[in-house]
Amino acid sequence: MTHAAAAHSAHDDTHGHPPTSTGLDNKKIAIWAFIGSECMLFASLISTYLIYKGRSVVGPYPHENCLPPTCSTPLKSILNIPVTSASTFVLLMSSLAMVLALAAVENKDQPKRTTGERILGSSKLWLWMTAILGATFLGFQAFEFTSFVHEGLTIRTNLFGSSFFTLTGFHGAHVTAGVLWLLTLLAIDYRRGLGPKDAVNVDIAALYWHFVDVVWIAIFTLVYLIK
Amino acid sequence: MAHDPKHEEHHANVDHAAMGIEHEHPTWSTYWKVATILTLITVVEVWIYYVPAITTSRAFVPMLLIMSAVKFFIVVAFYMHLRYDHKLFRALFTAPLIIAMTTIVALLFLFGKLSARVGAAL
Amino acid sequence: MATTAAAPAFAPTDSYVGESGLWSWLTTVDHKRIGTLYLFSSLFFFLLGGLEALLIRMQLAGPNKHLLSAEAYNQMFTMHGTTMVFLAIMPLSAAFFNYLIPLQIGARDVAFPRLNAFSYWVFLLGGLFINSSWFFGAAPNGGWFGYAPLTTLQFSPGLNIDFWMLGLQILGVSSLAAAFNFITTIINMRAPGMNLMRMPMFTWNAFVVQFLLILAFPVITIALVFLQFDRFFGTNFYTTAAGADPLLWQHLFWIFGHPEVYILILPAFGLVSEIIPTFSRKPIFGYPVMAYATMLIAFLGFGVWAHHMFAVGMGPIADTVFGVTTMLIAIPTGVKIFNWIFTMWGGSLQFTTAMKFAIGLVGLFTIGGISGVMHASPPADLQQTDTYFIVAHFHYVLFGGSMMGIFGGIYYYYPKMTGRMLSEKLGNWHFWLMFIGMNLTFFPMHFSGLYGMPRRIYTYDSGQGWETFNAMSTWGAYILFVGLLIFVYNFLIAGRRGPIAGNDPWKAGTLEWSIPSPPPEYNFASIPRVTSRLPLWDVRSPALNAEVPHSERGDTRVDVDVATKHAGHNHGGFVGNLPQQAAESGMHIEEATGKSAKDLGIPMPNPTIKPLICAAGMTIMFSGLLFIHKDKMSLAIATILTGALIMVLSLYAWVLTPLEDPH
Repeated sequence: MTHAAAAHSAHDDTHGHPPTSTGLDNKKIAIWAFIGSECMLFASLISTYLIYKGRSVVGPYPHENCLPPTCSTPLKSILNIPVTSASTFVLLMSSLAMVLALAAVENKDQPKRTTGERILGSSKLWLWMTAILGATFLGFQAFEFTSFVHEGLTIRTNLFGSSFFTLTGFHGAHVTAGVLWLLTLLAIDYRRGLGPKDAVNVDIAALYWHFVDVVWIAIFTLVYLIK
Repeated sequence: MAHDPKHEEHHANVDHAAMGIEHEHPTWSTYWKVATILTLITVVEVWIYYVPAITTSRAFVPMLLIMSAVKFFIVVAFYMHLRYDHKLFRALFTAPLIIAMTTIVALLFLFGKLSARVGAAL
Repeated sequence: MATTAAAPAFAPTDSYVGESGLWSWLTTVDHKRIGTLYLFSSLFFFLLGGLEALLIRMQLAGPNKHLLSAEAYNQMFTMHGTTMVFLAIMPLSAAFFNYLIPLQIGARDVAFPRLNAFSYWVFLLGGLFINSSWFFGAAPNGGWFGYAPLTTLQFSPGLNIDFWMLGLQILGVSSLAAAFNFITTIINMRAPGMNLMRMPMFTWNAFVVQFLLILAFPVITIALVFLQFDRFFGTNFYTTAAGADPLLWQHLFWIFGHPEVYILILPAFGLVSEIIPTFSRKPIFGYPVMAYATMLIAFLGFGVWAHHMFAVGMGPIADTVFGVTTMLIAIPTGVKIFNWIFTMWGGSLQFTTAMKFAIGLVGLFTIGGISGVMHASPPADLQQTDTYFIVAHFHYVLFGGSMMGIFGGIYYYYPKMTGRMLSEKLGNWHFWLMFIGMNLTFFPMHFSGLYGMPRRIYTYDSGQGWETFNAMSTWGAYILFVGLLIFVYNFLIAGRRGPIAGNDPWKAGTLEWSIPSPPPEYNFASIPRVTSRLPLWDVRSPALNAEVPHSERGDTRVDVDVATKHAGHNHGGFVGNLPQQAAESGMHIEEATGKSAKDLGIPMPNPTIKPLICAAGMTIMFSGLLFIHKDKMSLAIATILTGALIMVLSLYAWVLTPLEDPH
């Protein structure tokens, strides 16, 4: 039997595609593989930061002040825990918003009777919230970076500056890409609406977003909190 | 479409099989709970940062690492759905995570940031 | 085996392979075409790398020669290594991944066809980028491993290292993208009945390699990012004056570098695991053990990297740990050697060219493995490291191993790709010249190495006992080159006039041999239902397959459901005829019919130029950084932004365009 083109059986709900071996969507498998790969990317960055911790020849330093004679003018410790705690909280809440956005997309076709249901069920609202919270986090980062520069820490200053800005910069770049992704989804939502058939696409964006959040959990502890 | 009381049918049009969702879907209350726990743990983490008695003790770093690990785990398990999804995704994530963490620890040893004695200094 | 005597009913041209013309190649998203592109490009780079080697050997043929200056020599060995690793062996493996994986698992293409095309164009542009440095007199000169601090701006002020580091970043993107593609394809697009323990060994090896790629490349990406930042933006990652550790680069590089060597050898192992059973008329011995050994090699491969650093002074604990893990990894590797031997034992051997190359790998890789185990002992390595003894080792495993396996694969699969057979007579010459040449070139290096000849020296004085060995090596290189020329003639010219192959010239057992040669654009008119590890032998030569498991569900050791359980709900895979027919028809053979996908009602992905444009944008973006070192900051920024814009816009267009026409 070599060809049976016209014979579409009654069981054809695959749009002409052979069934997958696992029943899972290709994109979801790919994004998890990607996330696994990113674990190694950030592991390299984090390792370097930890290796170089305490080895900067000149200040400023993350947690201690730099006094003469090491620093001709005294330099305060650079990291600002309260501000960063706030930005961490913002990013964590963005993950909540993301999860609600995905749920809203999945439940788009369900009738919403109460105001509460309508609020929870608005994919646009929660996508905006995620994007705005993500952008807020980036705003905090920008503020942090510029104030560090004013206080004497640039990416070239010392090992701390190089490893810190590269690590957090890479993380910030990932957040930025995530925000752009979310805005793209929003554009599609405005254009033709996002519904249950788009759940996989929103899901993979969500997985990426949560992963970026999870990396920040690690960075916040290892860079900011551990002295 | 009439509102269907059965919880599962809320998600009728979502391709659950393709998304690998095999067991029950987490509810909104789960999400709020996770968010609350994340916030609380973060508050505790920052709080102990300001308690000199803790920061100077040997328990400080392990406490922080454990708390972060818990946050990490609940985001991955609940928000990223790993708890509810097909086992394949768990494998795809866990193996690289183990290799990544082992590499970090090995590098820390190799660069003298950890030593093999109990009670290592950082 | 097909002969010219009786032309079969269908000549290769009856197979519907799609359109022709340059544009069809630039826009292709067909895995077979992409595999072909990889094959031709990487063979070209292999020749280039071979020329670089020849120049090296000519320079070292005798003491105090003046063919190459020291600087030119540094560029030559750097480019030889970089080319052979990244532009020859890896893309040759990619050629086979691309061509074979869908065919072997019974799929119609890979999971993400456009991403596949993107990987190829990025590779090609990256290879051209890094070789364009020759025209600026600034070919990379810091070794293929580019140790910092030597490669920092302070010690390498020219553009050479910039070309190297940017080139590798570009190539890394290619490998990573392809790896995500193949992981998804192998997990998700297997034909019904093919659970993981029924996959062909090549696909198994390829599968494991993709995981090595996605976990190892990020590490070198970061090492290179640090170097880029140091060189372009003045950071301090490798600046010892600022307190940087001179070993950081080495650790990061080798955390990548060691898995990389398994990336280089495992595909060749996979090809050998296809060839030897076919030409022994026996299933592979110990299939499950082979699969587990491959996984173990990959996993352990992440734990041995510092054996490249035994001479840097890591201390006895680190030395011991890495020495032990390195010796351990020899075990699963050795297991594979034994299994190939036991496959041949008692088999009815046919010494085709492919088989000779495969057996060649078994022997030569073993020699390389033995010297490798010798390096695993730190005290022994202190004498061997940085000498030609190491050069001997890795050429035995990379040439005697990877290249032999790859050449075997080329002879084995050329008929499938083109519909014709390569000349066995020329193949015989090719094999023996290469075998003799390779041994003559590299065996003496064991001796010159132990007599103290260091690596990476552009010349040497007479009277140290090295002349004879070097002369032998150079003559060996000439013989190798002749063998290579014979291969090129066979591949480009003789093969085109070779006997017609038909579906299955070798009487093999796996799915790719059940369809026409070359396969039609849609691979399988109807997706087969796989009945064992060697489904074609089930149909053609069941007696050979008697000991292979044939249960309805087969081995279920790996917990992934087979397609029959989940019907439908798939938007990621594509094209297709219904599993119902395949299930009813079981395993079947398809002859060439000349029917196109359209005739059969199979939706195919649309060709598109967007991946090429995206790849070009990315390359332009990276090249822009070069201007920073020419003090042309605004030109640099303009180029980077232009490249980025092209990349992002074409990426958006690509992602927002559906893969296929609606159906």
